[in-house]
Amino acid sequence: MNLTDRIKAAAATQRSRAFPIVIVGHVDHGKSTLVGRLLHETGALPNGKVEQLRAVSEKRGLEFEWSFLLDALQVERDQGITVDTTQIWFHTAQRRYVIIDAPGHKEFLKNMVTGAAQADAAILVVDAAQGLAEQTRRHAYLLHLLGLRQVAVAVNKIDLIGYDAARFKAVAEDVRGYLAGIGIQAAAIVPVSAKQGDNIAERGQLLPWYQGLTLLEALDAFPARAALGDQPLRLPIQDLYRIDDKRVIVGRIESGSLKLGDRLRFTPGGREARVASLEAWKGAQPPLEANAGESIAFTMDEDVFVERGSLASGTDQPPQEGSRILARLFWLDKEPLKAGQRLTLKLGTAEVDALVETIEEVIDVETLRPAAADHVERNGVARVVLRARKPLALDIYETLPRTGRGVLTRNFHIVAGFVVESAEGGALADITKVDTSVTFADRARLNGHRGGVLWLTGLSAAGKSTVAMAAMQQLFARGRQVYVLDGDNVRHGLNSDLGFTPEARAENMRRLAEVAKLMADAGLIVLVAAISPMRAERARVRGIVGEGFKEIYVSADLDTCRQRDPKGLYKRAFAGEIANFTGVSAAYEAPEQPELELNTGKLSVAQAAERLAAFAESAFLA
Amino acid sequence: MSDDLDWLEAQSIYILREAYSRIKPLAMLWSLGKDSNVMIWLAKKAFLGRVPFPVMHLDTGLEFPETYAFRDRYADEWGLELIKDACPPLEATDPTLPHNSRIAARKTLGLKEAIEKYQLNGVIAGIRRDEQATRAKERVFSPRSEDGAWDFRDQPPELWDHFSSELPPGVHMRIHPLLHWTELDVWRYIQRENIPVVPLYFAREGKRFRSLGEIGITFPIDSQAGDIEQVIAELEVTREPERAGRAMDHDSEDAFERLRVAGYM
Repeated sequence: MNLTDRIKAAAATQRSRAFPIVIVGHVDHGKSTLVGRLLHETGALPNGKVEQLRAVSEKRGLEFEWSFLLDALQVERDQGITVDTTQIWFHTAQRRYVIIDAPGHKEFLKNMVTGAAQADAAILVVDAAQGLAEQTRRHAYLLHLLGLRQVAVAVNKIDLIGYDAARFKAVAEDVRGYLAGIGIQAAAIVPVSAKQGDNIAERGQLLPWYQGLTLLEALDAFPARAALGDQPLRLPIQDLYRIDDKRVIVGRIESGSLKLGDRLRFTPGGREARVASLEAWKGAQPPLEANAGESIAFTMDEDVFVERGSLASGTDQPPQEGSRILARLFWLDKEPLKAGQRLTLKLGTAEVDALVETIEEVIDVETLRPAAADHVERNGVARVVLRARKPLALDIYETLPRTGRGVLTRNFHIVAGFVVESAEGGALADITKVDTSVTFADRARLNGHRGGVLWLTGLSAAGKSTVAMAAMQQLFARGRQVYVLDGDNVRHGLNSDLGFTPEARAENMRRLAEVAKLMADAGLIVLVAAISPMRAERARVRGIVGEGFKEIYVSADLDTCRQRDPKGLYKRAFAGEIANFTGVSAAYEAPEQPELELNTGKLSVAQAAERLAAFAESAFLA
Repeated sequence: MSDDLDWLEAQSIYILREAYSRIKPLAMLWSLGKDSNVMIWLAKKAFLGRVPFPVMHLDTGLEFPETYAFRDRYADEWGLELIKDACPPLEATDPTLPHNSRIAARKTLGLKEAIEKYQLNGVIAGIRRDEQATRAKERVFSPRSEDGAWDFRDQPPELWDHFSSELPPGVHMRIHPLLHWTELDVWRYIQRENIPVVPLYFAREGKRFRSLGEIGITFPIDSQAGDIEQVIAELEVTREPERAGRAMDHDSEDAFERLRVAGYM
């Protein structure tokens, strides 16, 4: 069939859903060139495009490259590599396609994943001379993780190895073996030359030894996406709209179907109600049923509590409810993933804080062997245990992929994709746990340290607040839950009703101690900066706080403090303007056996803070 | 779902509802072209008859009279909250850009002003991947820096319909609900749903506009397609690019990329 005939034959197929295929493989194995050739041979290129590209190539003093077609960005043409994924349409006599060209450079793996996640099938491009390379394996592994099972392999640049049948056979065996190891059976392994056009649309004349499918024939042979309508109903709730007096629930059916009057169950929680109406704009006849893939709006017969993040299902075969998830993930962030890190987990429309409890194993995509590791590097693949702060509705990926997969985000960006292998700890487990609540030990395990109180006592201007703040910064930078409770600040708020009589001072101290104790119970390391001059007072505080109380004496002699005098208080006190000023007109009783002494007359702020932070680390070790 | 158009529609409605749920305040760009009419139509479907955010026409004062008439009629008929602020003058644009691009760049500036004036965190735009090669690289939710710039070197990943919806301070989101549609899809949907379009899209005396923009930088193509049916038949076999009649695309090799990096739609 010549080009004109092909275009004519294909016109009719334009009214079908475009079948999405992604082109993946190692950098420089010729993905973009292959796509350019595919587009050319199927008549998908606009008039003048090839001429325009020839002119551009000439202007740059380069040989004509098909890849210039897709490498639309100036930087891509300048460097001759694909940076981001792109999409382009073509059609065969069989059906319409949208081709997703993914970058092969490891720097841009996140873009490759973005492209591949949208595809129903993949072409894995392998250089005939080089064979399997690092990103070939990684891409293949990710295809598998992304749930893509339909793969055709193009062994490219066959012209450059002189159409050598033996070499092709060796590469094909290699590829077949690797794919089998990750559970992918290649639909076809085709020797091609994207540059010369061999075995793309037309059979190559120089490799009579190959009798299999051309690449286009292999694509046309992929079965279309399986219908999701027969699976159990899964409808993640996106939003609720109040329209007139109706409370309309909206979302997209991920699998299964529903009809008017069906009883729905909402997970988590398990509340149930019936579908009272399906809503539509401009629908004189609102629909009576809806199927997988449809974005719908509906009302319920009872006013059950439903929110974004709920997952609606039928009453039989509901999803699991879990908070502890064993997941397989691929990591895309520059910062490695480590146990103990907190991220946001998104699954369906649910969004919840999650902790990386453990990294079970990291998978070497070269050898496919798992290994123990304490972190996952960028572009790495691992099995991890994620603990969500509250239970969410989910399925096992192998059973219902669309509700068994999700992403992790951090700092506004998606940093990982994951699929659920198993989950536990749903609502039932929580019901029995309600009475026992969250213990001090639970918090310590979550935070990696216990809560406690570092009580900094000393003269005014001894440096209590300054040292506390500096120590807080250091502790915070190490991921500790830490807070400074400054006596002066508390006097502005909670204790603003108190004056400076002896009774009021005692009450001020009591409240400060109680607040510090609550915060320590909540798991925080609390640094309290308060003059607290009297021994008896501090003993009372120790009694209130209990075991986690540590007395820190910030010692600087009166002269030093008087010289610093940042607020001019000593000056006023010596002038007799302030009564009962500690160290001047009232006594300061230095601690007899403080847990730690910091002489700020001799130590710099940094040194004092360093010692205080180190002390906190050892005192409140989990 | 029986029809590929149903699938496209459902995906767009999902995206519009995600945008409305995750990002506020929000506005939709209405260029008055066929694509943005489809977008408004989809919004009416998504939100059951009422478009719950303002619709913005970035007015250069250079639209065709038919286009203005269309705007005023359907803003009213569709019950839209229309913002139609004038774009800054040509003198305010980057003088190093080619001339035709500078006319288009007025819209970039107009959009920047509107984002500031209405304190927008999200802007919905009707661009499609098949229109133009740099648009093919776009994300559905595409974050833009304070000055509206597109960092195409480091776009966030997007998978399984999880979009980047959290915004660092100073960043706004472009939302592209039609990214996955083709020109032909748009026309087939217009036909199926009977969506009104500016009559300039249909041939008069052997010429029609395939892509509609400003007077002076948009030109009609040779065509006999006088109605939707004929337009679809024409597009099924054409090998001419859709934006062939847009002068700004052809100023220089990277003219359109420069416009887009600076914040153009």
